[in-house]
Amino acid sequence: MAAKIITISSGKGGVGKTTATANISVALAQLGQRVVCIDSDIGLRNLDVVLGLENRIVYDLVDVIEGRCRIRQAMIKDKRFEGLFLIPAAQTRDKSAISPNDMIQLCNEIREETDWILIDSPAGIERGFKNAIAPAEEILVITNPDVSAVRDADRIIGIIESEEKGPARLIINRLNPEMIKRGEMLTAEDVLELLAVELIGIVPEDESVLISTNIGRPVVTHEKSIAGQAFRNIAGRLMGNDIPLIDLEYKDGIFHRISRVFNFGGE
Amino acid sequence: MNKDKKIISFPIKGFKEGLLITLSDEDWDQVQFQLLSQIEEKTKFFSGAKVAVEIGERVLHAAEMAGLRDELSDRGVKLFAVLSNSQVTDVNAESLGLKTRKSVLRENTSGFGPAVLDGKAAVLLQKTIRSGTSIKFAGNVIVDGDVNPGAEIFSTGSIFIWGKLRGSVHAGMEGSESETVCAMELDPINLRIANILLKDNKLIRKLKRKPVRITIDNGKLTINYWDNKK
Repeated sequence: MAAKIITISSGKGGVGKTTATANISVALAQLGQRVVCIDSDIGLRNLDVVLGLENRIVYDLVDVIEGRCRIRQAMIKDKRFEGLFLIPAAQTRDKSAISPNDMIQLCNEIREETDWILIDSPAGIERGFKNAIAPAEEILVITNPDVSAVRDADRIIGIIESEEKGPARLIINRLNPEMIKRGEMLTAEDVLELLAVELIGIVPEDESVLISTNIGRPVVTHEKSIAGQAFRNIAGRLMGNDIPLIDLEYKDGIFHRISRVFNFGGE
Repeated sequence: MNKDKKIISFPIKGFKEGLLITLSDEDWDQVQFQLLSQIEEKTKFFSGAKVAVEIGERVLHAAEMAGLRDELSDRGVKLFAVLSNSQVTDVNAESLGLKTRKSVLRENTSGFGPAVLDGKAAVLLQKTIRSGTSIKFAGNVIVDGDVNPGAEIFSTGSIFIWGKLRGSVHAGMEGSESETVCAMELDPINLRIANILLKDNKLIRKLKRKPVRITIDNGKLTINYWDNKK
């Protein structure tokens, strides 16, 4: 069966696109899926670092598109996770090196050989973003519970709707239950109420994400990390498994449920 | 854009409201180029014409439609309707204030005829108006959905929002002070009727998320709860 192509995007920078792409990819691979993740952030590549594959890059995305190598040669096999491949971005070029059509063709070429293609989008709404969403069948929009990230997510969702790539699904990243309790952070409900899209996962703030990024081992590999569990749940939901979300029906319930996550290490 | 010198004419039919041009489904840039060439060949015939384009299954984005509208208007032709079989195209056309197959058909087939009552034209938008969206319409605007921060609506008439107003709206933008703005919940970034700006943020906070109706009274913006008729 042809791979499902998913792009992860946010509009605003620094909300966790790359972390999410890396973790969801690894989680899908751990579920026995074949996954190719593509870093489309040409000139500012990161996904290789987060996956810990930086020093294995020989060819990159632009090399493939400009015909200097075959796709297979640019696909870095992750030796830790069976079935996971990375196509890294070029670091010395910029977004204009590729076009939306190039991305569509590239994805079509590898589609039959894998189950998932996950594309890490650059920040912004310009060429790089257009490249990243061109081949996508579904777009996951990631946001943080803060006003500016939500505003940008809203803009992205609007563009996705007008490009008919929708409906997008939403990941709320770095939710901090302590801050919500003190009334210092938007709740997941606030975010959903404004964005009016389907939620695919909530990832709580978790120090181990930063630590694992620095050592190039995605947090999803840590059994005990709550963020890791949240990413595993998102991967499961992408697979079509019915994994209950944190109950957003009850206003007080949300703190309660999340604190339960903290106590028991699972959503 | 133009590699092909051959100019194909698109079929043109006259109907009640104006001219109906049926476009082919080739690459949009090419189609637009051909259409404009066709018009330039017969400037006299087209001068001052009102034109509807039939585009079939093609999905046309608002920017492309606006581009065509502007190119046509540069040549003295007014684009008033885009007839398509795509709902997305319809919504995009409506957001630009263009008529769609539905609205044209309705006017042609219903026995009521256009505007027998002394009402004003309105456009109905059934979606969330998101950040970055700008809607300009000569007439009234009805939104069945929220207007999010970063979105803006400009109208020469009134604006009715069956949802939360959190973005910017400007009603009566040509100076009409008799226009109103209504919303189910008011928390705008910017709200203007004619040339008067709503400034009273304290008052807005006191409204407690109730539906409101804003009008101009003695040169001042007045907020009333939208529960009884004036």
